[in-house]
Amino acid sequence: MHWNSFSEFLAMGGYAFYVWGSVAATALLMTLEPILLVRGQKRLVARLKRQFRAERSEHGKSRSLD
Amino acid sequence: MNNRLINWFKYASPQNFYPIAGKLIPWFVALTVAFGLAGLYVGFFVAPTDAQQGEGYRIIFLHVPASWMSMFIYLVMAFWAGLGLAFNTRLSGMMASALAPTGALFAFLSLWTGALWGKPMWGAWWVWDARLTSELILLFLYIGFIALQSAIDDPRRADKAGAILALVGVINVPIIYFSVKWWNTLHQGASVSMTKSPSMASTMLLGMLFTALAFWMYSIAVALLRARSIMLERERHTEWVRALLMAKE
Repeated sequence: MHWNSFSEFLAMGGYAFYVWGSVAATALLMTLEPILLVRGQKRLVARLKRQFRAERSEHGKSRSLD
Repeated sequence: MNNRLINWFKYASPQNFYPIAGKLIPWFVALTVAFGLAGLYVGFFVAPTDAQQGEGYRIIFLHVPASWMSMFIYLVMAFWAGLGLAFNTRLSGMMASALAPTGALFAFLSLWTGALWGKPMWGAWWVWDARLTSELILLFLYIGFIALQSAIDDPRRADKAGAILALVGVINVPIIYFSVKWWNTLHQGASVSMTKSPSMASTMLLGMLFTALAFWMYSIAVALLRARSIMLERERHTEWVRALLMAKE
């Protein structure tokens, strides 16, 4: 093991701000991007399904009126 | 032979690509996590302290792979864009559009981690030298590509305009890569020719290799995820999208 204690690990030999600032930004963006994409995909699927269902029921109505 | 050719083109259609992409994504996510954990373990627990930069050098395990990825994604994006321009295939433009935001993300991370590394080592967050400036231009190229595409309503025309921008911008990638050789710069030279003691270089390289692979797998997973959304959106008037979404009802 390279570090003697957890606090020593956190301190990063005095470079804590720079090292953890890099890790934090990377972790944040690489978590946020997939979350936003999955949410967007779900919304898109829901929107298209609503649209298709509305179109289908419209077709059904016009057919029954004929 | 003939059969093979036909199979290849079969997967180039969104209709066939969509379900395959969906099945591949979980595997690439799993590989991202595995390589990411391995990279962080080697980078933070195995790799020794640097003789000159102390623990501050550990930013390298994120900075270098992020920079590599930002350049590599650009080349792949330009490749797809060029393919779309030449053969007018539907999938190509979608792949190029799917890659751009992730490329921009890595270009940003390259600059961000670079600034956080530059401040303690050079005493400056930013300097207008060739390496940093050309990487900033790469970020602007990504942003320009995304903005140009979103400004044009017709997807086919958006693809074409974007493709031309992407292809012209390719000239910037070798400029970034060789900038440390061509101009005097504060930035250190290529990381993969480090001439330290062999054991040290090998664990450092191993850590970088792992995080680079993690970023690679991440990029594939996220690009496939975004490509699927783009496919549904663009092909929403086609029968396969309707059949796919309404079949689950």
